[in-house]
Amino acid sequence: MTGRENRFRMSHLKHEIRRGAYADSIVLMQLQSALAKLDGVEDAGVVMATPANRELLAANGLEPRGDLAVGPDDLLIVVRAESASAAEAALAEVDRLMKRDAESGTSTYRPKSLRSALVSHPDARWVLVSVPGRYAAGVAREAVAARRHVFLYSDNVSIDDEVELKRRAVGEGVLVMGPDCGTATIGGVGLGFANRVRRGPIGIVAASGTGLQAVASRIDALGSGVSHALGTGGRDLSGAVGGATALQALDLLARDPETRVVVLVSKPPAPEVAAKVLAAARATGKPVVVALSGTMPPLDRVGYLHFASSLRRAADLAVELADGDGGGTSGTRATSAGGPGFVRGLFSGGTLALETTQALRFFLAPLASNLGVEGVAAHGEGSGHLILDLGADEFTVGRPHPMIDSDLRLRRLAQEASNPDVGVILLDLVLGDGSHSDPAAELEPAIRAALGKSGLTIGVLVVGTDSDPQDLSGQIERLEAAGAKVVRTTDELIALVVSTAGDALSTAEARPVPLEDLEAISCINVGLEHFHDSLAGQDLPVVHVDWRPPAGGKAKLQAILARMG
Amino acid sequence: MKQLRIDEANQEATRRMIDARPMLSTIATAAEVIPALAAAERRLLHAGPPIEWDRMSGPLRGAVIGAAIFEGWAKSEAEAEKLAAAGEIDFDPCHHHGAVGPMAGVTSPSMAVYVVENETHGNRAFSNLNEGYGKVLRYGAYDAEVLDKLRWMNDEMAPIVKSAIEAAGGIDIRALLAEALHMGDEGHNRNKAGSLLFAKLLAPHIAGSAASAADAGARRKVLEFLGDNALSVLNPVMAACKAMADAGHGIEGSTIVTAMARNGTDFGIRVSGLGADWFAAPAATPDGLYFSGFSAADANPDIGDSTITETAGLGAFAMAAAPAIVSFVSGKPSDALEATLEMYEITFAEHDHFTIPPLDFRGSPTGIDLRRVVELGITPRVNTGIAHREAGIGQVGAGLVRPPIEIFEQALVAYAERYDLG
Repeated sequence: MTGRENRFRMSHLKHEIRRGAYADSIVLMQLQSALAKLDGVEDAGVVMATPANRELLAANGLEPRGDLAVGPDDLLIVVRAESASAAEAALAEVDRLMKRDAESGTSTYRPKSLRSALVSHPDARWVLVSVPGRYAAGVAREAVAARRHVFLYSDNVSIDDEVELKRRAVGEGVLVMGPDCGTATIGGVGLGFANRVRRGPIGIVAASGTGLQAVASRIDALGSGVSHALGTGGRDLSGAVGGATALQALDLLARDPETRVVVLVSKPPAPEVAAKVLAAARATGKPVVVALSGTMPPLDRVGYLHFASSLRRAADLAVELADGDGGGTSGTRATSAGGPGFVRGLFSGGTLALETTQALRFFLAPLASNLGVEGVAAHGEGSGHLILDLGADEFTVGRPHPMIDSDLRLRRLAQEASNPDVGVILLDLVLGDGSHSDPAAELEPAIRAALGKSGLTIGVLVVGTDSDPQDLSGQIERLEAAGAKVVRTTDELIALVVSTAGDALSTAEARPVPLEDLEAISCINVGLEHFHDSLAGQDLPVVHVDWRPPAGGKAKLQAILARMG
Repeated sequence: MKQLRIDEANQEATRRMIDARPMLSTIATAAEVIPALAAAERRLLHAGPPIEWDRMSGPLRGAVIGAAIFEGWAKSEAEAEKLAAAGEIDFDPCHHHGAVGPMAGVTSPSMAVYVVENETHGNRAFSNLNEGYGKVLRYGAYDAEVLDKLRWMNDEMAPIVKSAIEAAGGIDIRALLAEALHMGDEGHNRNKAGSLLFAKLLAPHIAGSAASAADAGARRKVLEFLGDNALSVLNPVMAACKAMADAGHGIEGSTIVTAMARNGTDFGIRVSGLGADWFAAPAATPDGLYFSGFSAADANPDIGDSTITETAGLGAFAMAAAPAIVSFVSGKPSDALEATLEMYEITFAEHDHFTIPPLDFRGSPTGIDLRRVVELGITPRVNTGIAHREAGIGQVGAGLVRPPIEIFEQALVAYAERYDLG
């Protein structure tokens, strides 16, 4: 008895022969390893019974005693176990262990990079990015370069990265919604955190996630629905970002035949951005309900723009407009040629000037005044639009108030009219006891002289009653005869300014976002698996990228890779 | 170097790898075609990156001993070891001379080698002859039986096969591989179909061989040997892959990996745009299935130049084409698909000629891009045989292994230095 055999003398050897049962050696090795792992089994051998293989079995104490009468085409299964019953139990498992999983060969492969997801899912037009902030811009940049829309949930993306990303996105004709964009609904599909809102005629553009959700939910509650709700990220309407995404979103909704009314929701925007975005809103040719939380313009409506004082009111108004005749829109897209020049407001009434300034700051940029309105430059700073209260102390030192003595105002009118950069002059005329007895007598020739210059518009806000001593209708007639446009409320005055001198919609460098990308969307999800599950739950084609920080998070290697591109 | 330039360089490197047309043209004596083997008194080529005797693992040492006896430099194991330990034998990687060898890869001056010519770009590559299974030199066995077989291969088989290859007008290995991929091979661990195709192509010319040694018995023996050995074609395939990979080497600025090789101690890579430098670190032990009586405890660290197949877009990279051996990855055909799909993440191109039926005949992932390996932390997969850690015992299993990520990170840092990327 050899030492090896001796070593196994307490063991129990059982074998099974399957004649003519060819199996690939890998199947055999697998079976062998599975048998060896069973309880009580010391070792197992599963081989085609060639002489060489039988030698190998013998060398490992696995050769059954006696003449087996097997050949190279026979499968020999040998188990060495602590007990005979363990060996028998193991052999009884052979069929189960050899049975292959019935699962088909379909792949459940999860891409490890956006790059490979783009290759394997070329039709996915949307990329959801929710990786940690310091990596998010890189992933978003890759998506934009591949001309994919980005839902950028990640926060802690720098403003510089946002500006750069959106500049590229505008050039590529894709949207970057975010960063820190929590919600959107595209063609009935909720991205990120989204309410299940029925589809309908109202489009939403929102720089505020919860604002979007509140408006959309209210619209749904009122029985109407949402076409698309596009988030922009909270900083989109800041001066640095310039409303890049909001402008694209408004343009998209303008072209979308399903959208009849638009709601624009934002925290207080930078004034110059508000001007641009409201110009784009006007350019949609559709009623746009504007809800600028915190800074309400002192007017309800300018043309098709409606201002709502709350999110609820915005939703109510939008539903009302969508249910009605469309808000009296032309149905065609407004084309604002841009103003002929800067606006000058030469007011005698301080409050009229104030209200006008507060409203115009949403439409004109850059705007200055001597009224101390937040977000409006002080008089004397820079050049641009200017609203002056000529009744302010600085102008009335040593002279009478302009409501009595119009000398200063008339001289200023002549001076502004001769300035080639000025296109609109606003005046007010306040009648009543105690005021100048016939202001039109002085204004009419001055206006006539000023309008000698072509392209100038003069608007006059007249405040008075039919009973006033100056003869209201007579005053108006004479001003109109001189060529002035006479209005009776600040709303009308604002409308006049906006239709003549509102910011031009500049989309020269923008490539239109394809409207069809909003329908039947499919997504690539990079980051939170939760978002993948949510989309999959909506029966949406979505692929999850098994993302990990580049270079295992090693900063030095990341820096090299960044330089390599 | 801007991204565009790197991409251009990689485009050129992978284009050259794919366009290379490796033709097996003949068999020659190693010293005749590899000048370095004739230029020194005692020099051996080995697999993997450079290594000296004292760091060599068991199987490589065994192969060195065998080759020293085969060449007549030593009469015994003891003499051979003494020579090697005394620095009396020069060691150089196969890769430094256009050669590749499976496992230990030891190639000595008088051994017969396959000669593969890249018709497209003119470079050549070499590999020794496959010894089949059992006790073989490539696994470090060197007893009389092993050396007798080597002598028979050199003296009888090589002239017959050489005349057959020449009579056949050369064998297009790229075409053979393309066909074998559609027959369930992946070109590295599984070469059953390729070896049969190889034997089929040679058979008529072996039968009609005019080689002096070619009596009927010898011809029959050669045919039987080629037909029985499912790895017959592995060595010409490796030489072909080497010829393809070398065609893509030396492209300024390219981050494509042009060699992956293991010497049983270290795993090393070379990069197209980084010249002759190796980036190496200790090789891992493969994770795999073991033959009866062996376990992971018996396994030597990863060894062999056969990773040239993965470098060229075959082997584990083409795993999806070889469902019969998916068990190495874990068991289901879908895992084989995933193995290949994962490799697309780190490769720059898809092969024009090597296509994968279950992936709708998509080209195999080709040209490992250093940047992607480091960025994604995904190292190349390698299908491999597992050698016993002691010399002479042979193959104990087969499985999957990956190179250490550090060597790619080292290479990336070297790239940044060389191309001034800080």
